[in-house]
Amino acid sequence: MDILLQQIINGLVLGSVYALVALGYTMVYGIMELINFAHGEITMMGAMICLAVMGALLAAGVPLPGLMIVLIGLLAAIVICALLGFVIERIAYRPLRHAPRLAPLITAIGMSIVLQNTAMLIWGKQYITFPPLLEITRYDLGGATITNLQIVILLMSFLLMLGLMLLINKTRLGRAMRATAQAPAIAGLMGVDVNSIISITFVLGSMLAAVAGVMVSAYYGLAHYYMGFLLGLKAFTAAVLGGIGNIPGAMLGGLLLGVIESLGAGYIGDLTGGVLGSHYQDVFAFFVLILVLTLRPSGLLGERVADRP
Amino acid sequence: MSKSSTLLLSIALCLALTACGKKAETPPASAPGAAAVEVVKIGSVAPLTGPQSHLGMDNSNGARMAIDELNAGGVTIGGKKIKFELLSEDDQADPKTATIVAQKLVDEGVKGVIGHLNSGTTIPASKIYADAGIAQISPSATAVAYTAQGFKTAFRVMTNDNQQGTVLADYVVNTLKSKRLAIIDDRTAYGQGLADQVEKTVKAKGVAIVAREFTTDHSTDFMAILTAIKAKNPDVLFYGGMDAQAGPMVKQMRDLGLKAVFLGGDGVQMAEFLKLAGSDGEGVYASSPGNPLDRMPGGKAFSEKFTAKYGKIQLYAPYAYDAAMALAEAMKRADSTDPAKYLPALAALNYTGVTGTIAFDEKGDIKGGAVTMYRVHNGEWVVAQ
Repeated sequence: MDILLQQIINGLVLGSVYALVALGYTMVYGIMELINFAHGEITMMGAMICLAVMGALLAAGVPLPGLMIVLIGLLAAIVICALLGFVIERIAYRPLRHAPRLAPLITAIGMSIVLQNTAMLIWGKQYITFPPLLEITRYDLGGATITNLQIVILLMSFLLMLGLMLLINKTRLGRAMRATAQAPAIAGLMGVDVNSIISITFVLGSMLAAVAGVMVSAYYGLAHYYMGFLLGLKAFTAAVLGGIGNIPGAMLGGLLLGVIESLGAGYIGDLTGGVLGSHYQDVFAFFVLILVLTLRPSGLLGERVADRP
Repeated sequence: MSKSSTLLLSIALCLALTACGKKAETPPASAPGAAAVEVVKIGSVAPLTGPQSHLGMDNSNGARMAIDELNAGGVTIGGKKIKFELLSEDDQADPKTATIVAQKLVDEGVKGVIGHLNSGTTIPASKIYADAGIAQISPSATAVAYTAQGFKTAFRVMTNDNQQGTVLADYVVNTLKSKRLAIIDDRTAYGQGLADQVEKTVKAKGVAIVAREFTTDHSTDFMAILTAIKAKNPDVLFYGGMDAQAGPMVKQMRDLGLKAVFLGGDGVQMAEFLKLAGSDGEGVYASSPGNPLDRMPGGKAFSEKFTAKYGKIQLYAPYAYDAAMALAEAMKRADSTDPAKYLPALAALNYTGVTGTIAFDEKGDIKGGAVTMYRVHNGEWVVAQ
């Protein structure tokens, strides 16, 4: 039982990070029907910027408590990633707004390569370690262990997701975003500034990605210019699993994917008597994705939408 | 007597030629009198991008340093002055890319290859080099399968996994006194090969293998498999894989409260591991084929030269350096850069390099490959026992 609980905790922590990144994919898709493949790289940038700022502060010997340094790093990552999201949309996607759908998809892939290589040139190819600024405390939870860092990741993800839901459903800005998602041209006629709504969407998604990147690097204790690729792929999968374009779907998909991976890796060996081992972890996760998509092609919470004219 | 005097004479001649060569280089190569400089291309392949690029650059730099030194010293083979040129290629640690890169090197007419870094890339590439008849010396591939294919062109200067796995298994049973061993590997030819050898040897000694789990060489999350392992209550956890995974793995082990001793192979015994694992790395054991730098005959001098030029040695640089030197030495002894002519000389080589004596057995494995056990103590790798 404690093992099952532990696996679920593992899965939820992993899944909440997937969910945060998946939100960025799904928000952009919801509004522009564009899969922003550079999004995983923004997550990486968030982690790298945070580590760079913390490293600089530590090197300068700033007499601040560890938590403050991490918070400053996080803040810097959020601000710079927001800027990055804004600039990327401006230079890579806006000029192609009315181009065939394949064109922005290709610039998205190009953007991701540019970001990855920029990070490689700035920070090098080696792993960058998260400085030991956070005191890790372990708590016993019915036989399972949970660290304070895991609790913070879970809480922060849920708060951010809740905040985003409120923003989208309860505010004027949110209404404008929903309107743009439904029909950009009509929303424009109704006085919504579509361009700035799209910019804001990118900025919001990038900020969430920055937080996710910092959390991942703190959790695993490292960052690497290549880390955005796999994380982005998993988050994209989560978004598709939940129904791309659907915000609660991204959250559900992320959490579900995390838990499925965790349980799959933990139990697949014992369940099959060692025939299939934990190396089938990803196979298991993607098998669930295929199954869901066969039964519900638009994802778990996705609605069948008519083609936009 | 006469032989040694000829040798002396030829060395003197070489020196004289080098001196001439240096002067002759100032005007463009128009002087017809001076012996033409023949460019001999040597390939070096390692992952120069991706998660293992720090190791790849290390190998590439090791080979480059050897080539630079050879060129600076002046080499004459078959009566011609030789200039070695290193073609450093990136195989991304990917088997498919490795074969593409290998074919590219063959097409460019390399006379020998130093590489690849990983076993998973070395093995598929070795067929291409064997078909082309080009000597391949891997500085770091340790999977048994590499030299077990029967290729006359495949060599390595690194202790193989069987030799290393046997030593590790002995260590698990005799020194760590394990009763319940858990094993994780990263499903690469290297990780799996080493883990299989440890499993086989430990089992033969009657120790229970309580868990065998798997991950990949891109993973950073091991919570799920570690939780499954924790349920089996092992006293030692062996990981067959690289530092990039081992670092976070140890952290997560300790986060989960799994107290087993962590043991790894040479992929773990890296400077990078210490950074990645931080304080959780304390007390970790790992083996390394070959001798530590301070036990290598030429270790200290090499370390100083290398550090001044390229920075800290990750791990394999001295082996890449020796591999390149051994290749050149075989060419010198055969007095030919033609692989068909120098391959027998390479197989029969007995050369004292930085890492020790370079001599190959009939398979192409290094003879008497040493294995050293290390332990993390106060954030440093120290020789255990």
